[in-house]
Amino acid sequence: MNAEIRNWIQVGSLEDIPRQGARCVKARGMTVAVFRTAKDDVFALEDKCPHNNGPLSQGIVHDGCVTCPLHNWVISLETGAAQGADEGRTLAFPVRLEDSRIYIDLSHSHEAV
Amino acid sequence: MSKQKLVIVGNGMAPGRMLEYLFDRNPDAFEVTIFNAEPRVNYNRLMLSPVLSGEKTYEDIITHGDDWYGEHGVTLHKSARVRDIDRTAKTVISENGVTATYDKLVIATGSDPFIIPLPGKDLDGVLTYRDLDDVERMLEAARRGGRAVVIGGGLLGLEAAAGLKMQGMDVTVLHLMPTLMERQLDPAAGFLLEEEFKRRGIDVRTKANSHEIVGDEAGRVKAIRLDDGSQIDASIVVMAVGIRPSAELARTVGLNVNRGVLVGDDMRTSDEDIFALGECVEHRSMCYGLVAPLYEMAGVIAENLLEGSAEYTGSATATKLKVTGVDLYSAGDFVEGKDREEIVLRDASAGVYKRLVLRDNVIVGAVLYGETSDGPWFFDLIKKKTDVSEMRETLIFGQAYQGGAPLDPTVAVAALPDDAEICGCNGICKGQIVSAIAEKGLTNLDGVRAHTKASASCGTCTGLVEQLLQVTLGEAYNPAAVTPMCGCTHLGHNDVRRLIKSNELKTIPAVMQELEWTSSGGCAKCRPALNYYLVSDWPDEYADDYQSRFINERVHANIQKDGTYSVVPRMWGGMTSSKELRAIADVVDKFNIPAVKCTGGQRIDMLGIKKEDLPAVWADLGKAGFVSGQAYAKGLRTVKTCVGTDWCRFGTQDSTGLGIKIEKFMWGSWTPAKLKLAVSGCPRNCAEATCKDIGIICVDSGFEIHFAGAAGLDIKGTEVLGQVKTEEEALEHVVALAQMYREQGHYLERIYKWAKRIGYDEIRRQIMDDAGKRTAYFDRFVHSQKFAQIDPWSERVSGKDKHEFNPMAVLSQEAAE
Repeated sequence: MNAEIRNWIQVGSLEDIPRQGARCVKARGMTVAVFRTAKDDVFALEDKCPHNNGPLSQGIVHDGCVTCPLHNWVISLETGAAQGADEGRTLAFPVRLEDSRIYIDLSHSHEAV
Repeated sequence: MSKQKLVIVGNGMAPGRMLEYLFDRNPDAFEVTIFNAEPRVNYNRLMLSPVLSGEKTYEDIITHGDDWYGEHGVTLHKSARVRDIDRTAKTVISENGVTATYDKLVIATGSDPFIIPLPGKDLDGVLTYRDLDDVERMLEAARRGGRAVVIGGGLLGLEAAAGLKMQGMDVTVLHLMPTLMERQLDPAAGFLLEEEFKRRGIDVRTKANSHEIVGDEAGRVKAIRLDDGSQIDASIVVMAVGIRPSAELARTVGLNVNRGVLVGDDMRTSDEDIFALGECVEHRSMCYGLVAPLYEMAGVIAENLLEGSAEYTGSATATKLKVTGVDLYSAGDFVEGKDREEIVLRDASAGVYKRLVLRDNVIVGAVLYGETSDGPWFFDLIKKKTDVSEMRETLIFGQAYQGGAPLDPTVAVAALPDDAEICGCNGICKGQIVSAIAEKGLTNLDGVRAHTKASASCGTCTGLVEQLLQVTLGEAYNPAAVTPMCGCTHLGHNDVRRLIKSNELKTIPAVMQELEWTSSGGCAKCRPALNYYLVSDWPDEYADDYQSRFINERVHANIQKDGTYSVVPRMWGGMTSSKELRAIADVVDKFNIPAVKCTGGQRIDMLGIKKEDLPAVWADLGKAGFVSGQAYAKGLRTVKTCVGTDWCRFGTQDSTGLGIKIEKFMWGSWTPAKLKLAVSGCPRNCAEATCKDIGIICVDSGFEIHFAGAAGLDIKGTEVLGQVKTEEEALEHVVALAQMYREQGHYLERIYKWAKRIGYDEIRRQIMDDAGKRTAYFDRFVHSQKFAQIDPWSERVSGKDKHEFNPMAVLSQEAAE
């Protein structure tokens, strides 16, 4: 398998997502949460907390992390890994920003990359 | 030998301190009687400014409560101004006829504010700034609003101006001289200060000579006219142009008096058995108005009362401007002279100004503006008359730059000598603090405050005291004794709330910037808290930060474990109708809502609604007249009721009607944590009001108001706030209580925890006994409701936050391949 082949799909533009917020993309039977940070970085995670499948897209976004609304697990937007003492990892997908268009590659999660 | 009789005329800070010294050395030497012209115990006069600004209350600044007098066997006559002293019979008599004989007498009559002899000076509304009565009069005026004109741009005038501004008044400061505080500051620093006050919205006019105070027909202040003919409207005029020793009593009884009561180095007046103490004293041609010298005098008198031979030789003085957010320290003397040299440091961009006045290589005066941490060090050099020629080059940069010492502030503190003064308000030196820490095993700031009073007054030396704890305890010191709000700051909730108000911080980034947040954008703990504090403190100015709210408050529904939501419409007072129930039934059918349940708050919960469906569900509910029940909010939830006199044979009042009234008045308000109310129509209490945040029990004679109950993680019956007669009063008291909690509660702190922290009696005092406070709370609640009572559901049905409820994209299988 060639990891260089990317399958970028446009899912929206930066303005669609509020700063320090998230929107959902439904694809392949799953929901992907696309986050926009205060600095306009964009990240994509499967919308499922590794703890109890809480919808991460509904959490508070801060400093490159999101806090799950159900039980306050803190998940890294970049890696999908739970922070602090909690252990677990959510699928994270590559994101490309072109002008303000957002592309994500659902064929690669961090496990594949 | 029987105890000697000691009588003290005056009950200010100086005699209070003198008695502490005296009882420390020998608690049994004297039988003490105090005559106080004011109707109260001893309080810290230095702290009047924080009381005026609302940052502290009278209770916070009491030095000796009634208990203290009891414990020490002191007889305190309140409201007893002394009329005469018979020096032959050694007897004191007060205006209200109390007499006392003495062996030793201490005159501590303090000072009087200087009243400028302007036409109109006797009008109603012309105030001075000297004691708690003055502060209360100013606070009362502030509640009526309007403009306050403060005459005098010195220390006292500026503190009064800042306080009145914080109380919401428009404020003008009139100052005769070209720049503010010209006795302490040179024109450049005076200008910095003036700019700072203008930035706070205070109108500062220098070179302003008052001509006349203009009154209305009722004899109240209306305006003030200046020499240049201009006129400024004023609802109060505060004269803060200085004080003069209050020496009349001493004069009339034949003691030697000049400007003040003349004393020798032993602090005795011209009568061997009479001492004079404090601001009424003139010693070596000096009269003092600052507290540190008065405390030194107090020590000397205590010693000499016990047959000692202590001498007072005059003091260098240091002072601070007690306006939160303005750092100004001045010590010593600044009069210009041929033999004097100056060292000045200016850093305009940082707003820092430092000036040292030297004579013969000794510092005689120091002014620090913007950066005052070296104040005590300079003051120490002044008092010790240290020759500074060796360090002259770097002197102005402060202690940290001397002798190549590292910039670690604790090193500077460690290097201070034991007798270096740390707390100017209370005259506490480093050695006293260090030994208290060691002897009493103190581990935190509160402990030091309790045992030494250091940093317990104006608090500007708090940093120094913390450093002393650090130096003394080393690793054992845990500065986090105040639990910080979260990992992004070392400040606790109280400090953050106080600083938001006092520094007028009105956005989350402003709070994080000014209070030096350590994370770049806060976290999921502090952001919702800050958002609440800002909504609560600046209801008309703050723009709610949607992304700092927990999901439930963002989408106005309750998230469930599977990511669906539940929706609870308001049912006012728990009443509903067939029409409402039918609408709910239709919504449940239309959207296939899987579960419907009655809540504990007498309403109906629809569970398992998909997020995308929420706006449509609300639209249908809205058509039936429903608004959001805010069952998700840190805010007003439900007002549970029983059926009261409408139906119940035991009902004493219309509990349902009152509950609905309260709910309609209070819905939409945000509170630190959820707020649940109940009204029961009789003491059988079917609405379970006695475990609610606020509850009302109706009785024949009126309404008993309860608060601080809990029936969740903790179980706790309510406390009784008090009883009122009418529904209107009940509403006013409940609303005022809720507002007090809104203003003081920590985010997520339920009312019972807040009440325990503040004290039930204090809450009763403010809400039941102090009508002024109560009305002010009530009015602030009403003001904030103007911006809060907007139904969030109908807003969202109209399209607000549309992005929230729809996915950004739905990708087909093909697109993804």
